[in-house]
Amino acid sequence: MAKEHDVFRIGTGAGFSADRLDPAVDLARRGALDVMVLECLGERTVAFAHRDRMANPKRGYNAHLERRMRALLPACHEAGTIVISNMGAANPRAGAARARDIARELGFAGLKIACIEGDDVSDRVPLSQKFMDEPGTLADVGRPIVGMNAYLGADAILPALEAGADVVIGGRLADPSMYLAPLMQRYGWDTADMGRAGAGTLVGHLMECGMQITGGYFADPGVKEVTRLAQCGYPIAEVTADGGAVITKLPDTGGCVTEATVKEQLLYEVHNPAAYLTPDVTADFSRVSVKAEGKDRVRVGGASGRTRPEKLKVTVGFDAGFMAEAGVSYAGLAASTRGKLAGEIVRERLKQIHGIASHPRVDLIGVNSLFATAGQTPTQSEDVRLRVALRTTRQEEAELMLWEVESLLCCGPAGGGGFRGSITPAVLTKSVLIDRALVEPTFEMFVA
Amino acid sequence: MSGRGRNTPLLVRDIAHARSGDKGNTSNVNVWVYDPVDYERLKRSLTAERIKHEFPQLVRGAIERYEIEHLYGLNFVLHDALEGGVNASLNLDSHGKSWSYLILGLPLEPDPG
Repeated sequence: MAKEHDVFRIGTGAGFSADRLDPAVDLARRGALDVMVLECLGERTVAFAHRDRMANPKRGYNAHLERRMRALLPACHEAGTIVISNMGAANPRAGAARARDIARELGFAGLKIACIEGDDVSDRVPLSQKFMDEPGTLADVGRPIVGMNAYLGADAILPALEAGADVVIGGRLADPSMYLAPLMQRYGWDTADMGRAGAGTLVGHLMECGMQITGGYFADPGVKEVTRLAQCGYPIAEVTADGGAVITKLPDTGGCVTEATVKEQLLYEVHNPAAYLTPDVTADFSRVSVKAEGKDRVRVGGASGRTRPEKLKVTVGFDAGFMAEAGVSYAGLAASTRGKLAGEIVRERLKQIHGIASHPRVDLIGVNSLFATAGQTPTQSEDVRLRVALRTTRQEEAELMLWEVESLLCCGPAGGGGFRGSITPAVLTKSVLIDRALVEPTFEMFVA
Repeated sequence: MSGRGRNTPLLVRDIAHARSGDKGNTSNVNVWVYDPVDYERLKRSLTAERIKHEFPQLVRGAIERYEIEHLYGLNFVLHDALEGGVNASLNLDSHGKSWSYLILGLPLEPDPG
C-alpha cells in the first residue's frame, strides 16, 4: 500500500465530531493521501457517547460514523489511503464492527479494520483519585460516573498499522497521536526519538482541527478576508522523513493556508509553547518556523521534544442532570428595556414562587450576552432576545423554567414573541492522572 | 485602515489577529501582529496586568503571557476565566471562543515614536 512519494501525505477529514463530510470525500478522492485522519472526539463528546452506550449497548460511537464510512471508504479504498479515527468514542468495538459491516456491504471483502481498546479505565481508577488540576477527588462530585477514558498515544496505534490495518478505529486516541503513529511507521522513527515525536506532534496539532488551518475560524471581513468559505477545503500535510512539513490543501477548494492561519492554529489550546503535553512527548513549539512558500503552501519545522509525561490524562464523565434553555424576543421601541424587565420577572418567580435554588443565567442577546461577565457596557438595541439558562439535576425544575419563560407571552412585558425552549442532558467532566502501567491498549482486527 | 477619526485610539485589531481556545476552566488567546514593526507596541499594550485589570470579573485567576519573539506573537493563558468552564458555565459561549474579540477590542497604548 506504500506509495512512491518523497513525502508522506496526511489529510484531515474531520476536525471535530460534527465536522463537514463533503469536503472530506473530495479530499479522499483527489488528495492522493497516504492517511486520512478523522478527529471526532472531545472531552464532552466522549461523556455524551457514554450516555448513548448506556441507553443502547450497540451505540456509543460517533453519530456520523456510518455516513462517514459509507462516503469515504470507496475513495480511500481506491486510493490506498489508511483511515485513522477516534470515532469509536465510548464504544470502539461497536464502531469498528459497524465499519466492517459497511465495508462488506460496499463489496470490500478483506478490508482490515483495527479496533483499538484499553482507553476505558473505569475499572481501575478509585473514587478517591485526586483531580489533575484542581482540589478535590472524584468522590466529591457526588454524581454518577458515566465513563473514564485515558488518552492513548501513538504506541497504541502502531501495532494496528504494523498489522496492515486499512482502517483504525479507537476511542480516546489523543488527537496528535493519530498523525504521529503513521509517520513513525512510515519513516521508522524510533519510539524513543523525542525530537521526531515533537516534530510529528506539531504536524498533528496543526492538522487536528481540520479547516481551522485552511481559513476556518479565521475570517473577519474587511480585516482578514477568506474566499469561498462555503467550499473550504480540508488540510493536507506533506511530511518529510525529518519531520518537517508543508501544510496545504487541494488547489481549487475554498479557504486559504497562510502564515497567519498557521500561526493562529500553532498555539490553539496551547498553554506553555515550550511544553505541550501528549501521551507521546513533551513537545516544544517555542522555536517553530512558519514560512509561506507559495499560494496556500506554508512550510513548518523546528519543533522538538523531551521525555513524555510519566502519567496519562484521564477524562472522567459524570451525569450532571439537565440543561434547560428558553427564550422570548422583543423588537422595536425600547426593546431592551422590555427584555430586561422580562428577565427580572423570570428571575424573581423562579426563586420566590418555585423555590429553585440553582441560579439561572439571564442574557439579553443583542445587547449583552457572551461578554456579560467580561463587563462590557450594555447599549440599546431594537431587536433583543431574552435567554434564560439553568442547569439542574431535577427535571421538574428544568420544565418549570421553560414554563415560566413561555408564560411571559401573556404575563410579561408588551410585545414579546417567539418562545423556544429546550431541555437537554448535561454532563460534567473532570481530569485525573493514571499510571501508564495501568493502561493496557489492545487491538483486534475485524476483517470485512 | 479603520476609517476612524485621527483622535480615535487604534485597537489591537488594527495591528493584530487572534484566536482563543479552552482547556477546562482555562482559556488561552494567541495574538499575532501583521507587521513586525508593531510588535513592541503590542507587547507594551497587552500586558498580563492590563488584561487582568480590564476583565476582573471574567478572569478570576492568574494570567501568564508567553512571548514568541521570532513569530511576533503573544500567548495569554487566562486561568479560571471560563465562568467555571464548559461544565458549569451558562454562557452561550461556554468555551470562550469569542474571548479573542475581547482582546482585539482593547485600545492600544500610544506609540511613543
